[in-house]
Amino acid sequence: MTGLSIDNISMRFDLPNGGSVQALQDVSLDLKAGELMSVLGPSGCGKTTLLNIIAGFLTATNGQIILNGEKVNGPSAERGMVFQQGALFEWMSVRDNVGFGPKMKGVRPSDARETVDHLLDIVGLQDFKEKAIYELSGGMQQRVALARCLANDPDVILMDEPLGALDALTREKMQSLVLKLWKETGKTIILITHSVEEALLLGERLLVMAPRPGRIHKEYRLPFADLGVGADLREVKKHPDYAVKREEILEMIWNMEEEIMGRTEVAGA
Amino acid sequence: MNVLSSLFEELVTIVTTVLLALPYLAGYVGFILLTLMLWKIVKKSLTPKKDFGSLKTVTFGDESAVSSNFAASVVSVVVIFVSWGAFTGSKLLPSFLHMPAAFEGEAEFTYTAETDAGLRDDALVRVIVHGAGVDVELPQMDAGDGFAKNDAVAVKAYRSELLRWDANDEETRKTGAKVVAINGQPIVFGKDVDLGDIKVALTQKGTLNVKPDTGVQMEPIWLPAPEDVWGRLKEIAIEGFKNYALAEHLGFSLFRVVIGFLLGALVGIPLGYAMGLSDWFRGWFDPIVEFMRPVPPLALIPLVIIWFGIGEVGKVILLFLAALWIMAIAARAGVSGVRISKVHAAYSLGASKWQVMRYVIVPNSLPEIFTGARVAMGVCWGTVVAAELVAAEKGAGMMIMVASKFQQTDIVILGIILIGVIGFGIDMLMRWAERLLVPWKGRG
Repeated sequence: MTGLSIDNISMRFDLPNGGSVQALQDVSLDLKAGELMSVLGPSGCGKTTLLNIIAGFLTATNGQIILNGEKVNGPSAERGMVFQQGALFEWMSVRDNVGFGPKMKGVRPSDARETVDHLLDIVGLQDFKEKAIYELSGGMQQRVALARCLANDPDVILMDEPLGALDALTREKMQSLVLKLWKETGKTIILITHSVEEALLLGERLLVMAPRPGRIHKEYRLPFADLGVGADLREVKKHPDYAVKREEILEMIWNMEEEIMGRTEVAGA
Repeated sequence: MNVLSSLFEELVTIVTTVLLALPYLAGYVGFILLTLMLWKIVKKSLTPKKDFGSLKTVTFGDESAVSSNFAASVVSVVVIFVSWGAFTGSKLLPSFLHMPAAFEGEAEFTYTAETDAGLRDDALVRVIVHGAGVDVELPQMDAGDGFAKNDAVAVKAYRSELLRWDANDEETRKTGAKVVAINGQPIVFGKDVDLGDIKVALTQKGTLNVKPDTGVQMEPIWLPAPEDVWGRLKEIAIEGFKNYALAEHLGFSLFRVVIGFLLGALVGIPLGYAMGLSDWFRGWFDPIVEFMRPVPPLALIPLVIIWFGIGEVGKVILLFLAALWIMAIAARAGVSGVRISKVHAAYSLGASKWQVMRYVIVPNSLPEIFTGARVAMGVCWGTVVAAELVAAEKGAGMMIMVASKFQQTDIVILGIILIGVIGFGIDMLMRWAERLLVPWKGRG
């Protein structure tokens, strides 16, 4: 029984002022091994909370996460995580950052060296192995973060807006890299993003979440991720269905945002 | 109200002093601006720099365009030493740079005494002004004619001397005689007669007060010349001061600082980690740390002396306390400052708690700890000197304290310079260690 099963997850926590927040309500979802799912939604829809529950950083008040038949209970190496930025260890070289996971497992650095070098070649950092993290640009740092995650050979990779802090051109290159890594490694990937375009391009499945309480609003199955592997993403964007889906989802999220703003105004009045 | 009015009086005194100093400050600033203009003229004649900074047109307000000008630093230090030499008559400076010195040498004046009956007579006074530590023999004076007899008086430079002019006269103050003129200029109480090299004043009792001109140079007892301080350094470096060699005085101060700081760090860093990692420990130690932190270590000196005496134990405990809270707070801040995403990343890469501690939390807190260590070393150095000022058998602070009691101003100034140089050296050393050991500081 391989794959990731998100089983009826609810998350509710108390606030200091006596109230409580329903961050997630009855979220259920199954991912087969090797699927790439992007998650979209307005701010406060619980995307990051859901990701943190899958990663094991938070305990859900209800429901469970099952990975390969085993219940998730705290963070572990089979669920790797890629953060937006600032999660690299700047006191280590690029090579030591990528070799961190194997080192924690007790693999000797000489034994892990081949894997680490190979991954750095794949992400295009072969000339930067001995550099310090703070000597790299933002895009290069995210390449290191991807390589570091892959070096641990996790079953699932959780990405929390991994490309959010990059400039537009770097971002496009990195999107291609994510697709390439997905195809080559066959990992299950959940990718949270704020960009509708990125969600469309990278998501084999696309999940739109709605806020208050955080829940699944709609799910799409898209062809663009497969089309995009090894291809020019700008060509993929010319696909007739792409523009239609883009407008549809934008409209959907726009309406949700409007609804939140409206509610806030009523509450303030 | 009494307190308020006395506070107000103090305030007036302070403000007056500041106002009196203002012209000098303005003069100094003017001098700085003058050298700046000179520098700009000099710079034009040099080959212009073509680095990025020099191509900027907007430099006023651009913090990154302002770096320390090395030429200005050199001029500033040279000016300090030249003024020091000029105001102390240093032999290292050509004499045309010296400020007017205090008068030394011989002078003379005549006083005119008048008896009750209105009879007048002149007598000559020879004045010998001599430096400190010079013995002079008063010249044998020819008594002269008339009822007023000639006198001789020796005066130390910067001091004044009362002249009982009538000690050898036939008509004295007891018989109603008094001095009415000096060198023909009339003299009354409260109005001095200025003769150039010396001033003569009439006292209330009718004697004469001879005041040699003091010039504008500093008396050695206030500020010795640079070469005197340098000479004293060589002397006490070889012969020592108060039974201990100079190196021993300084070495002991440094030893206390290093031991006290190391003990403080040894206890403070784990304490800070515990406070950063456990809410129970933070709750437990917060009141203690937050209370002890604002207490200046200097305020603990009396208690430490009462409890532990003036020996090494008391000093080390004092410095331990000075370093402890700073290091604890730095370590706590270092732990609290770790980005949660780094910790999450480490856990999801399979790290155990212990591994997160070792590979993430400790290295992440090192920059903060180094900043704390620099502050702590500075505070410890200041505290050790202060503690030695109060009571010690040896140490840099004890040296200047004892020297000040014997008015050995050169040793006091020498001590201050050495304390400054060592403090600066410690800071440089810490910065160097910081660059070497935590190159990622501020780049996270």
